[in-house]
Amino acid sequence: MHLVPTRAAATRLGASCEPRGRERNWGGGARACCSLRLQFRGQLGARPLPPCKVYVRSPLAVRRLLRPGARGALLPGKGGCKAAGLPGALRGGQCPASYLVNACWHCRLSAMSQLELKRNKVLEARFVADEDVLKHISDNGGVKVRKDRAQLALNIKRFVKKLENISDDDEAQEILEEQNYVAVLGACAEASELAQTPGKNVTFESSQYPEKPASTPQSNKKYSASNKAQLKSKKNEFVSTTPYRLRKRLSAPSLRSDSESDYSASCSEEEEEEDKDHKETSDVILDQKTPSKTRAAPASKKTPAKKLKEEMTSNLVEEYFEAHSSSKVLTSDRTLQKLQKRKLDQQTLLVLLNKAPPAFTAELKELNQQHESLFSKWMLQLHLGFSIVLYGLGSKRDLLEKFRTSLLQDSVHLVVNGFFPSITVRSILNSITEEVLDHVGTFRSPLDQLDLIMKRFKEDSSLELYLLIHNLDSKMLRGDKSQQILAQLASLPNIHLIASIDHINAPLMWDQAKQSLYNWLWYETTTFSPYLEETSYENSLLVQQSGSLALSSLTHVLHSLTPNARGIFRLLAQYHLENKDNPSYPGLSFQDFYQRCREAFLVNSDLTLRAQLTEFRDHKLIRTKRGTDGVEYLLIPVDNGTLTDFLEKEDEDM
Amino acid sequence: GAETQDSKPCHPYLKPKPERLTDYFSQGKNDSEDSGLRFASCQLLWKQINSETEKIQEELNKQLFDNLIRFLRQSHSEFQTKTTEWMCRMKSSEIPTAALVLGVNVTDHDVTFKSLSEVLQDNVTPYVVSLQAKECPGIKHLLQKLMGQLMDCYVDADSSEEEECVNISQKKIRCSMASLSKWYENVTKKTGSETPSKKRTSSSRHWQSPPVVVIFKDMEIISSQHIHEFPLVLIFGIATSPMIIHRLLPHSVSSLLCIELFQSLSCKEHLATVIDKLLLTTQFPFKLSEKVLQVLINIFLYHDFSVQNFIKGFQLSIVEHFYSQPLSVLCCQLLEAKKRVTSLSHNQCENIRSLPSFRRYVESQVSEKQIALLTEDSFLKEVTQTLLEDLHIYHENYFTVLRCLHVFTTSLPKYPLGKQIRELHCACLGKSVWETEEYESAIQLLRMLAKDELVAILQKCAEIFISPSGKQFSNTVEKLEEFLARFQNLEAEANEVQDVSVSSQKELQKKTDLYHLQKTLLALKESKRSKKLTKFEMLRFEVVDFIDSLVRSYLAPAEMQTLNEVVYFNTANTLREHLNAAPRIALHTALNNPYCYLKNQTLKSDVGCISNTAPDICIVYKLHLECGRLINLVDWLEAFSTVVTAVEGTDPEAVATDQVDEIIHARFIRAVSELELLGFIKPSKQKTDHVARLTWGGC
Repeated sequence: MHLVPTRAAATRLGASCEPRGRERNWGGGARACCSLRLQFRGQLGARPLPPCKVYVRSPLAVRRLLRPGARGALLPGKGGCKAAGLPGALRGGQCPASYLVNACWHCRLSAMSQLELKRNKVLEARFVADEDVLKHISDNGGVKVRKDRAQLALNIKRFVKKLENISDDDEAQEILEEQNYVAVLGACAEASELAQTPGKNVTFESSQYPEKPASTPQSNKKYSASNKAQLKSKKNEFVSTTPYRLRKRLSAPSLRSDSESDYSASCSEEEEEEDKDHKETSDVILDQKTPSKTRAAPASKKTPAKKLKEEMTSNLVEEYFEAHSSSKVLTSDRTLQKLQKRKLDQQTLLVLLNKAPPAFTAELKELNQQHESLFSKWMLQLHLGFSIVLYGLGSKRDLLEKFRTSLLQDSVHLVVNGFFPSITVRSILNSITEEVLDHVGTFRSPLDQLDLIMKRFKEDSSLELYLLIHNLDSKMLRGDKSQQILAQLASLPNIHLIASIDHINAPLMWDQAKQSLYNWLWYETTTFSPYLEETSYENSLLVQQSGSLALSSLTHVLHSLTPNARGIFRLLAQYHLENKDNPSYPGLSFQDFYQRCREAFLVNSDLTLRAQLTEFRDHKLIRTKRGTDGVEYLLIPVDNGTLTDFLEKEDEDM
Repeated sequence: GAETQDSKPCHPYLKPKPERLTDYFSQGKNDSEDSGLRFASCQLLWKQINSETEKIQEELNKQLFDNLIRFLRQSHSEFQTKTTEWMCRMKSSEIPTAALVLGVNVTDHDVTFKSLSEVLQDNVTPYVVSLQAKECPGIKHLLQKLMGQLMDCYVDADSSEEEECVNISQKKIRCSMASLSKWYENVTKKTGSETPSKKRTSSSRHWQSPPVVVIFKDMEIISSQHIHEFPLVLIFGIATSPMIIHRLLPHSVSSLLCIELFQSLSCKEHLATVIDKLLLTTQFPFKLSEKVLQVLINIFLYHDFSVQNFIKGFQLSIVEHFYSQPLSVLCCQLLEAKKRVTSLSHNQCENIRSLPSFRRYVESQVSEKQIALLTEDSFLKEVTQTLLEDLHIYHENYFTVLRCLHVFTTSLPKYPLGKQIRELHCACLGKSVWETEEYESAIQLLRMLAKDELVAILQKCAEIFISPSGKQFSNTVEKLEEFLARFQNLEAEANEVQDVSVSSQKELQKKTDLYHLQKTLLALKESKRSKKLTKFEMLRFEVVDFIDSLVRSYLAPAEMQTLNEVVYFNTANTLREHLNAAPRIALHTALNNPYCYLKNQTLKSDVGCISNTAPDICIVYKLHLECGRLINLVDWLEAFSTVVTAVEGTDPEAVATDQVDEIIHARFIRAVSELELLGFIKPSKQKTDHVARLTWGGC
């Protein structure tokens, strides 16, 4: 979670924090800008700070407190840092240099030593503009400062430069200023500092820091909770913590106005008693930190490289648990419905995609040619008893198809479309026994079938079969039993298996025993071609096509029924739609329904209706529910839009 | 056609026609010289190596199997003679059980069990049933399999009664222990009079996973009741430790088993033998280079401990070598290779000329010879023959000296050059071993060896040099024997040396004068310092220097040998890619840095960034990396369209007004469902229009 300098943060950190805001215009009228600076004052050495319950022992722990999310400045030192002594403390060797730099970098100290509330052991919060911080930092000379948010802002800004009007003087000035920050940072040699750089900032823009590790974790996610708290207290100033807000803020100012109502935690929370709420949150966060710091403290003594690595891994881990520890995830509430997007069905999708201009055709062709040059080698290795598995990004279907047409035309082979939703091992075995071995008869279990196949293939060495499996890792085939059977098939010397896998965890399907049965040779065939065929079978194509699918199946099923049955369903559907605005609508009771059907001359007895309903239920067109009074209620588990469409279509047909 | 494929999951294509495998060998490679011959020699070599490995396996298992057979015979004879011990066992209903501790290299066990059951069938009883845990998911299956295999065995054993037995198995009678014992009685009655001593059932079983055991329980309880009429012996294969039997089986069951433990050879020893017999020998012309060997050993040590996989890797490297190196046609026995050289085509001669090692050789020759080598094919062939011979001799010498050096280095503390001969082999193959630090320290340590050790080592070395082809090393052997003789002589001399020192001590005691005392002490000190080395030390130095000279002259790295490319396979990369692939990394690189695959300048970007002209899926992936646990689809879509439209230079206003282009929407849908297919996200019901992220971290 990331706070950007151009964003305002006026936050109160509990009762003991004293907020002071200073507003600054960055040119974009709507953007009120001021930054919260938190200053930890007083003794932090091993002493609890009563209001916040901070237990800080090591510099690292202090630094942790000062992650950008905390937005605070904390000055370490024996016996605390007096306001006037701040620069001294920074320059003098009281603390390890790296620690100083860290502290400074994270918290952007304020040089101004006002707010002389001599309340020891108390957190003080105040608001300082960015320039002040910068000035302070540069005043301090030797200490170089890094501001990740600066970079973030800078990058994002550059990225959207085209979209935004940059004639605004303030804006330009800001960019300059941000670059300043970065320049200052450039001199900062501490690798450990860089390790803290959130990797995500550089998504669209070239990196300013060549030495920055590529997989730098995003440390700023850590303080999501505390940010959240801040957000709550000043909702109108803050938007969500998703990265989109950056883009939104910069690219689409018109969206700003509704943003406050746009974002919420997925777990709704009591929004009253914000202060209290916040305090608790920060307590939790800080307490969470304490156990880890003892472990992390010795790390700071290690060589920068090692430290860097350690921090990277530990951050990764922490980041994961941070994200999964709380059940709340803060994302925007916007839904596709609000976007007024028409849902696309598979057909339209394909049409639209065909319109999209193909990219990198030459390169893709070259890539494919590289793979195709391996065909004869694959053939050879298949014959020598290896199985071949293809992995890498992009659909490998066309490649395998080409392999098939160019080399397997003259031999017995079986193509298995693993991505097909109805595929089972049984169907694979059936095709082998029925079509390849010409075996008539059924089997009690797949194992029996497998035994027969193995026997036949062992007996007859002239029998040869090529097995091509697209997506060996598909949902239907990835089970342990399926894989065991397939592996045993592959272990036969005259069955040659060539398969493709796509899922990132696909290799986990196989243990040592299975792997040795398969006798894999791995080939990387990154094709970058779209998984059109493979994804088209996915019912869960997120949200876009569920409606159309349901509608088509609805019409399909009903067309195969008698007109009376259709009439019965129509009746129910109409009643359902009449009651769509009634939130407590329990469904149509069976007796009522029977009455209505009788009146419409659709059924003549209770039993006929029941028989009809059973048919509907088998096709999942209706659902029955027993009410509190024991009466049976009938419901249609299809959303209203689809149902309306269906009725309209029915009217047309009639 | 394509249409039928879309509607049916499986499509058989039946058009059988015999094909020629050699075609594939020549295809694809522009250099198809002598492909047929190459393929033939490849197949021949692999066949030889395969039979060699089987032989090794057999030898290694011999002792284990002998023990097992003795155990089986013993329990069997007890049954036959109805000794008291067997009666006792019957009373307590114990089943004799052999627990075979095989180690964690599960994949090798198949071979072991296969040969075990063969051995048992040949030596002890025709009734051997081998059951695999994986093949028997339930007690029913297990018994069915057991019955089936027993009946089949019976058929094999006694063909005269074949028909009857087929009837039994086809009837599919209730598969229970009762029927089993009935069947056994049946069989023994019929054949009992002839060969009563051969009746025994041992079911060997591959036992790895705990869930199987639940199934076992019943069987063992049942079978214990039938032990009276049915001499059953169980053999368990155990991967981890014998304790597992007690943990997996309840006490009531394990008390019914009379378990005897057998320990198989460890996979490390197995590997060492395989390397010794396959790689450190001139028997096979094919060799692995240092890097390839390192890859194979690493896979063995860090992944599976499977000798089977090691051999598979070896096989793959043979295939790769013969496939990709046109000159591998010369990779066969020396005489055959010399014959083949004479029939080489002009193209192949050019291939020889382009070998880096051959070029080095040419450059070291005088200019006339250089010209001749580069222009006359016939001269080149002559030279090639001698060079191949040199290479062969180099290998003979190399392996002998390597073993000798290994004898020296294994006796050193901390093993600076490795404990196993394979480590030493790797060190010598890759670079000049005498230039390495490890060798330096090893030599230092050798110079400090005690006499007994040194003598023992020298004797071993002499044996090594004598045993194989003693021609080249007759001088060496003589020298070694001379050293040994001198060590013998030293013992006599040593006594004299002692006398001298004693006399000087006495002299010291006589003098009382301070000045003289000081003088003598100084003199003694001086003499100690200047008295360079004892004779033993001198000799020791000489021995070490001799060894050093041997190493320098014979253990030159293989890469320096002319024509080494013919027999050495050295593309370790391909081997690693095909055996130990990293699909996740490949996926990650493709998504993060498409430039690696699509060499388009617009995609070129710095580390961690991505060009916004990249394929859709890359952009969508990058955007998803920024999110937390849940991702809002609307936001994602908008971010995506912003990125994409920014590239295309469309009006930014269009983006602002919530109107996402249809085509972009479709592209987004495709990219997201592709990510779902790849396993990066899944639909989430936690919130409307959200998906959950499934991966974390950079990769």
